[in-house]
Amino acid sequence: MSAPVPQPIGLLAQYETAADILHAAVAVRDAGYKKWDVFTPFPIHGMDDAMGLKKSKVGYFTFCGGLTGFSFGMWMIWFMNKADYPLVVGGKPLFTPLFAFPVSYELTILLSAFGTIGGMFLLNGLPRLYNPLFNVKRFKKASDDKFFVFIEMADPKFSTEKTRELLQHAGASSVEVVED
Amino acid sequence: MSSAAISAGGNAHSKGKKAHADSHAAPPKIAAAEPPKELVREPLVLNGRSLAWITDAIAGICEKPMPKWWWPAFIISFGGMGMMFSLVAYLISTGVGVWGLNQPADWAWDITNFVFWIGIGHAGTLISAVLFLLRQKWRTSINRAAEAMTLFAVACAGIFPVVHTGRVWFALMPGYLIPFPNANYIWPQFRSPLLWDVFAVSTYGTVSLLFWYVGLIPDLATLRDRATNKIRGALYGLFSLGWSNSNRAWCNYEKAYLILAGLSTPLVLSVHSIVSFDFAVSQVPGWHTTIFPPYFVAGAIFSGFGMVLTLLIPMRSLFHLEDIITTRHVELMCKVILATGSMVGYAYGMEFFIAWYGGSPYELYAFKNRAFGPYWWAYWSMITCNVISPHLFWFKWCRKTMWFVWLVSIVVNIGMWFERFVIIVTSLHRDYLPSSWGYFTPTWVDVFTFVGSFGLFMTLFLLFIRFLPAIAISEVKAVTPQADPHHPLGGAKEHH
Repeated sequence: MSAPVPQPIGLLAQYETAADILHAAVAVRDAGYKKWDVFTPFPIHGMDDAMGLKKSKVGYFTFCGGLTGFSFGMWMIWFMNKADYPLVVGGKPLFTPLFAFPVSYELTILLSAFGTIGGMFLLNGLPRLYNPLFNVKRFKKASDDKFFVFIEMADPKFSTEKTRELLQHAGASSVEVVED
Repeated sequence: MSSAAISAGGNAHSKGKKAHADSHAAPPKIAAAEPPKELVREPLVLNGRSLAWITDAIAGICEKPMPKWWWPAFIISFGGMGMMFSLVAYLISTGVGVWGLNQPADWAWDITNFVFWIGIGHAGTLISAVLFLLRQKWRTSINRAAEAMTLFAVACAGIFPVVHTGRVWFALMPGYLIPFPNANYIWPQFRSPLLWDVFAVSTYGTVSLLFWYVGLIPDLATLRDRATNKIRGALYGLFSLGWSNSNRAWCNYEKAYLILAGLSTPLVLSVHSIVSFDFAVSQVPGWHTTIFPPYFVAGAIFSGFGMVLTLLIPMRSLFHLEDIITTRHVELMCKVILATGSMVGYAYGMEFFIAWYGGSPYELYAFKNRAFGPYWWAYWSMITCNVISPHLFWFKWCRKTMWFVWLVSIVVNIGMWFERFVIIVTSLHRDYLPSSWGYFTPTWVDVFTFVGSFGLFMTLFLLFIRFLPAIAISEVKAVTPQADPHHPLGGAKEHH
């Protein structure tokens, strides 16, 4: 099988400052694009609103993790010390939520943390093995001091001329076609 | 009426005009108050360094060969680590008798070292989580190294309680500490705070590791993008998980980071509280006190900040990071030491007061014996190091002079080690019957195992600065004016 011929997949525009990228994001959002993203070396304050992103859903994963951790902790201690192998120690009750609390509390936090990180990875699609943007040389600066907007060709509003014009009008220092 | 008002008004008007004319002729007697000068926050990165400079300065450390001092430092630390593991092997193969502990002091250096190391870890979590929730932006320069310190301190701490059980294979066997089905059909006993401790410390270690790793992902991506050879690129690429700096990802990432900070805060408070339960839940005079949880947490933060300063002051000057870890950062940490040191001093006083006020003769005896008994030297070393030395930081000179801060940070750590020693050994060495009194003295194995644990700690820390960005690159960038889209340096056109 011969290597597939690279196909254009979208336009990548570079911006020089935080203010430029914020304005560019507002412009792209207002133009009605849906399949696009902004790349910045650090999170920029106000960018989520500028892109029109909804609130992150990571918190739901945390909640599920925490609930699991707490109930599992309580159940585990009840099962081990009261149901499966009851053994009186120091005249203390076989089970009360009081002495079971510290361990359940720690398990709440442990599983909440697992939920949070697992949820974040899931929502972000990490780990990701291949990303066509990494073939673009200048994109390496996205983790240093440059800012980028990428608009996918798959977006229904995409048109090579108009999209390029929009990105350039927003102050891009360069716009290039990304191939994959 | 109205005409009078008008004339009065007119009069006032003319008077005002006159005053106005006067002001042109001669300056008024009372000068108009100047508007107060706008308070400018001291910048977190000095000398207006650019974003690219920040990347180069931090990522450069792990890309260039290590400076000359690194190798001797590493070899000495590695030797110390080897010594510790050899002594642990000696202990396991021979028995706990190689240590000095015996009835009545059957907890001594082992648990002292455990509490000492776990306490040191607390500053890392405090900096990374609590200061994050409190929006203390200065934390960004120090949180990565402090979190690494936490992990390595927890690694050192974990060794002592495991090996002090003597027959280690039982401690690690399912059913004793870890609840897991086993051939004896037994389960751990959850009424004991010692088991709570197992869960607290292992959760703490795990969550700290995850929090640290999540913080590292964007910086690993930076190192991946800068990598000049294939192996570096592949390894940093693997561990950065394909992070692309996408804002859709940052959105979830920041939320996750906030939640992890929110989870770590109650976690760090619970860990040392539970460690203190190991003592407070017992009936031993000198241990059975309700003040222990907050007092242990304050002491932990106190000692942890001491260790952060011990590590970061040499690091900032050896790697020329003075523009990122500024004098202000050091000063702020000194203030935390002052605050928590005062809390610790208060707790010492309050313990004594309650021992007297509580009216239990055993409790009062334990405290009198602590200060004036055979371990008086340990008690007064602790008081000198922990109660007196932090108060030097009321003076600006003391907070701003690096070598001085560094010396005090070491004194603080010596003091906090003595605190744990005093609490543990002085409370145990005189049992209820004078026939079971004793005096604990460490053996050479005790001493060198503890010294060797510093070798382990430093080995891990030196490897950390060798291979990973010691300062959170993306977080430091985010607190510079260039990162603010509404600041002229961030490219804002209109003036605010």
